[in-house]
Amino acid sequence: MATFDTQKASEIHRELHSHLPSEPALRVKALESLMVEKGLTTSETINSWVEVYSEEIGPKRGAQVVARSWVDPEFKSRLLADAAEAIKEFGFEGDATGHLKAVENTDAVHNLVVCTLCSCYPFSILGIAPNWYKTAAYRSRAVRDPRGVLMEFGVSLGTDIQVQVWDSTAELRYLVIPQRPANTEELGEKELVKLVTRNSMIGTDRILGKSTEGES
Amino acid sequence: MPVFEQEWQAQVLAMADALIVNKSIEPTHWSEAFGAGLAQAHAAGRQDDMETYYAVALDTLEALVTTHGKLTEVEISKRCEAWKQAYLRTPHGQPVKL
Repeated sequence: MATFDTQKASEIHRELHSHLPSEPALRVKALESLMVEKGLTTSETINSWVEVYSEEIGPKRGAQVVARSWVDPEFKSRLLADAAEAIKEFGFEGDATGHLKAVENTDAVHNLVVCTLCSCYPFSILGIAPNWYKTAAYRSRAVRDPRGVLMEFGVSLGTDIQVQVWDSTAELRYLVIPQRPANTEELGEKELVKLVTRNSMIGTDRILGKSTEGES
Repeated sequence: MPVFEQEWQAQVLAMADALIVNKSIEPTHWSEAFGAGLAQAHAAGRQDDMETYYAVALDTLEALVTTHGKLTEVEISKRCEAWKQAYLRTPHGQPVKL
């Protein structure tokens, strides 16, 4: 029969183990502490990145860029000519958007962005990529069967609309400029920003101005 | 839905980005190695989910820092064990230090 002391010791042991981080979390702690010691990064850099990408930087940045392009034709020209340079007007430049290309949807063309290799994504203006963008299923099918993938996102394209698929790389990432929704002539730039969905800037959404609930 | 399911997942991407920004790692090296790891995981029949995605990201980061001579595998595994022991000996609620 276990004595009180052995039972207590066992409870303490279990308690300690229950607070032990997971194996990958421990490996990450090991890597980070070693990298900091070797001067490869700082704890502040890592903590700040985690904080801004967990809480602050999201697709609203991209939405601001898109809305500006809808109301300012000269900005749109600059954006289409050199997106990496144009987004500097917002202070949104970042390493992930050092080479950024904006591609415009029209009545005749729909653009869809993927990274078939891994998950390259313009995260400094769209935030961290959605989970589905990172899956092998999306990465492989977006090129092979873009219309089928789009159907799964509720985007049904007529045969008169050409689908252009853009394969991102570490050195060239894409931003889709969706079409401005109909009957929004009265709306200002700030109101228009609210209509731009993240998925529309990837190309898995096309007609804006409808409910975006459930987009994840 | 939170952007990251676990904090370590965010930290892996943060470290990778930090190494790319300070030019310790070439962005193409990162994407090629990460892509190869994801393809290998897919071929091995691993789940097509975020657990696999971030596990491969961590494996890739470890592999790149060791192949580029920034750290050694022994250093990493010793440090990992040191953190584990530090957690085990530190009462809950107190800061864990090496």
